[in-house]
Amino acid sequence: MTTTGHRGLDHEEPLIFEQDSPGLSGVDLPLPKGGPDRLGGLGRSRPLGLPGMAEPQVVRHFTRISQRNYAIDAGMYPLGSCTMKHNPRLNEKVVRLPGLGDLHPLQPVRTVQGALRLVDTLAHWLKTLCGMPAVALSPAAGAHGELCGLMTIRAAHEARGDARRKVLVPESAHGTNPATAALCGYDVDPIPANDRGRLDLAAFKAKLDGSVAALMLTNPNTCGLFEDQVIEAADLVHRAGGYFYCDGANFNAIVGRVRPGDLGVDAMHINLHKTFSTPHGGGGPGSGPVVLSAALAPYAPVPYVVHDKGGFRLIESDPKAFGRIRAFHGQMGMFVRALSYMMSHGGDGLRQAAEDAVLNANYVMARLGDLLSPAFLGPCMHECLLDDHALKDTGVTTLDIAKALIDEGFHPMTVYFPLVVHGAMLIEPTETESKASVDQFIAAMRALALRAKSGDAEFFHESPTLAPRRRLDETSAARHPVLRWRPPAPPAAAAE
Amino acid sequence: MRYLPLTETDRKSMLAAIGVRSVDDLFVDVPATARRAGPVGLPSFQGEIEVERAFQAFARENLGTGSAPSFLGAGAYRHHVPASVDALIQRGEFLTSYTPYQPEVSQGTLQALFEFQTLVAMITGMDVANASMYDGASGTAEAALMANRVTRRKRAVVSGGLHPHYRETIATYARYSDFQVDLAPPDPTATEDLAARIDATTSAVVVQYPGFFGQIRDLAPLAAKVHAAGALLIVVVTEVVALGLLKTPGEMGADIVVAEGQGLGNQLGFGGPYLGLFATRDSFVRQMPGRLAGATVDVEGRRGWVLTLATREQHIRREKATSNICTNSGLCALAFTIHLTLLGEAGFARLARLNHEAAMALAERLGQVAGVTVVNDTFFNEIAVRLPKPAAAVVDDLVDAGILGGVPVSRLYPSEPALADLLLVAATEVNTPDEIERLAKALAEVLS
Repeated sequence: MTTTGHRGLDHEEPLIFEQDSPGLSGVDLPLPKGGPDRLGGLGRSRPLGLPGMAEPQVVRHFTRISQRNYAIDAGMYPLGSCTMKHNPRLNEKVVRLPGLGDLHPLQPVRTVQGALRLVDTLAHWLKTLCGMPAVALSPAAGAHGELCGLMTIRAAHEARGDARRKVLVPESAHGTNPATAALCGYDVDPIPANDRGRLDLAAFKAKLDGSVAALMLTNPNTCGLFEDQVIEAADLVHRAGGYFYCDGANFNAIVGRVRPGDLGVDAMHINLHKTFSTPHGGGGPGSGPVVLSAALAPYAPVPYVVHDKGGFRLIESDPKAFGRIRAFHGQMGMFVRALSYMMSHGGDGLRQAAEDAVLNANYVMARLGDLLSPAFLGPCMHECLLDDHALKDTGVTTLDIAKALIDEGFHPMTVYFPLVVHGAMLIEPTETESKASVDQFIAAMRALALRAKSGDAEFFHESPTLAPRRRLDETSAARHPVLRWRPPAPPAAAAE
Repeated sequence: MRYLPLTETDRKSMLAAIGVRSVDDLFVDVPATARRAGPVGLPSFQGEIEVERAFQAFARENLGTGSAPSFLGAGAYRHHVPASVDALIQRGEFLTSYTPYQPEVSQGTLQALFEFQTLVAMITGMDVANASMYDGASGTAEAALMANRVTRRKRAVVSGGLHPHYRETIATYARYSDFQVDLAPPDPTATEDLAARIDATTSAVVVQYPGFFGQIRDLAPLAAKVHAAGALLIVVVTEVVALGLLKTPGEMGADIVVAEGQGLGNQLGFGGPYLGLFATRDSFVRQMPGRLAGATVDVEGRRGWVLTLATREQHIRREKATSNICTNSGLCALAFTIHLTLLGEAGFARLARLNHEAAMALAERLGQVAGVTVVNDTFFNEIAVRLPKPAAAVVDDLVDAGILGGVPVSRLYPSEPALADLLLVAATEVNTPDEIERLAKALAEVLS
């Protein structure tokens, strides 16, 4: 233990509230004139309790805590299903250009023709890559896109007087799928996976009837596999009068090689923050545009952009649309970044990116397959899924492997997802990792696997030891939630 | 391709290690009819110079609020963002990390979220806040759904002073369930009687503070009536800077407060990404949507932070979750946190007061223009003015004078002829007295 608590570059940093110098501000503003107000007697008389800090202290505070984060910029972040790829800084530059960053959403449309042309260009790229005729751009994230897609489906059914109650969702699906279907008023009926990690077509057929509004299928799926019977499944759901909603979280694997429209998809959200590299930002913002088939396009939410003789227009009300799911027009800042990324790659580069992502994942699987246990046979897509079979009787769990990887300088893979595989480890290297970095990750994983098999469970249970914090007590955090800072009780009260 | 580090030699040796001849062999599970061999029909790759040029061309076709006097509000406000905010949020450790699933290597994001939650709770006057929602509108819809869970009722009364996009969003979220939404008619004078719409089936009353038309009303009397009926009061704030000067919604009896946090730390950006703030009482925490950061200790007893109460969320509860939300607005929340930390108690109050004084000057000057009537008796930094002709045409004429003169209410209420002459005009700390004078003169000219 050092005198300060700091350990070299790893600084112990108190909360902003614990650094309060009352009266200080890090922003110099003109002195208000004072005098009467027009607040109707609702001016605040009590302080809020915000801390006072000068700018240097604020900059240091956030710099210090930032250094306690793992990040793609710092190393490989193979968090399966999240597509943690390099975030180009060009995208950050163009999104801040005057004339883009400073546009108000409700300016007269003739003053934002460039912005609408940009949105239209993004739409063109997405529609071309997906082989689909329309796209709804307003959803704020993947799960919001799911909501948009299912509401579009519901509106399409209702428009023809066809009330359907059920959505079929594979057990391997991400939790947002059933949660979205429920939010949209549907009953969720799970479909099992087959022993090849894919949709069990026989079980699906058995559940398919006139009450099914949609099949909600992730492809490539959460096991990192391409659903090889996807066209049959789409055909079947169409014949039963339902629609095919595809969760496009894993679109990165197939961009430029497969168009979802050729698979019979009616609606699919695209996570711009995954496939098209808009930064994840510690948990968003994301963006989840939904490509739509001709059958669903008329029911898409407002607003949307149209182009005619007079230029670009924003349609902000439309009786056929199912409604509006947010204020204003969409995650423009993410559209700008995603388009910058796409134009940088070009159509050819996007296809190469998908191939390299798939190549990196298969290479990891090939190099770990003898020591750890791939969950399924055959090639994977952009992520490789291991189960914990190889750790049986070692006393080492999937979580232990993840925590030991932290000490090796990597962000752990996704663990315990998908739920259909025991002790799942889902590894997504992405195309922006070099062979050298993937090799280093493989070497670390192999060393950990050997160590687990050698009987050194104790080492794993202690991991991590080199991170800013060791394992944290999540159970007591949930049992006795402390969700905000509160001022310490004054000494007199504390003594009572 | 500058973003792709594999060389042809790498690719060959990796294919050999996998035991396949070409990358096509890795795509064998794709049905043959869906495999695309040829070019994708989009332009080829470009360097930074070309891409940057293309975006400058997009930008040049727009009139940015930084290039013209701008008085637009209606739920999105132009404020000065200190330079250090943008520098800090672009640190790769914040920008290129994800949801803190592994707390040992995510303490930075988690601590910032814990600070964010505390700041939001403080400025709203509530016990607890979550780690953010997509935006104010979707957050409001989630609040209405939460009130249904808390009260086990399903009928929300929605004020005519709530932002029309928020009203539409609630109605859309409710559309495919048995959740009833009673939308009171638009209320520019803030004289509606919402209490008369409450009955024993009411789950929530949703009001905006200050209202969409700028009016400020004491919500305490309404809160008492809402609570007497066993319902919840949801207070929506679309201009978060107002909370620097106004009584907190918590002080007036709010049960859930939702705010659009864009006004602190985040650029206008043509409407997104923005930041939903969501706060409530301690007793309702387990019905809250969204992520929560909480305090705990590590095995050595050192203070640390984790995501907590995950049993509410979709990845555990699936179709029984409190919401389907997963990714939220992390980086926007960080920008908000840094900006509000820089301001501090004194700076936040001063910023809000400067906004109010700018709006008082605006109201006084526009009131002197022939034909213009200021509708508001009260306001924070935005007012509604009635013009002698349709506001949309006036705003269009003002563009010819090089001024972004406000938001015509008809833009948001296209089918309410009675509102066609109303214009919303906002002034913030960045509007100078000279700009206000220019607006008044141009308006006089346009109306003459």
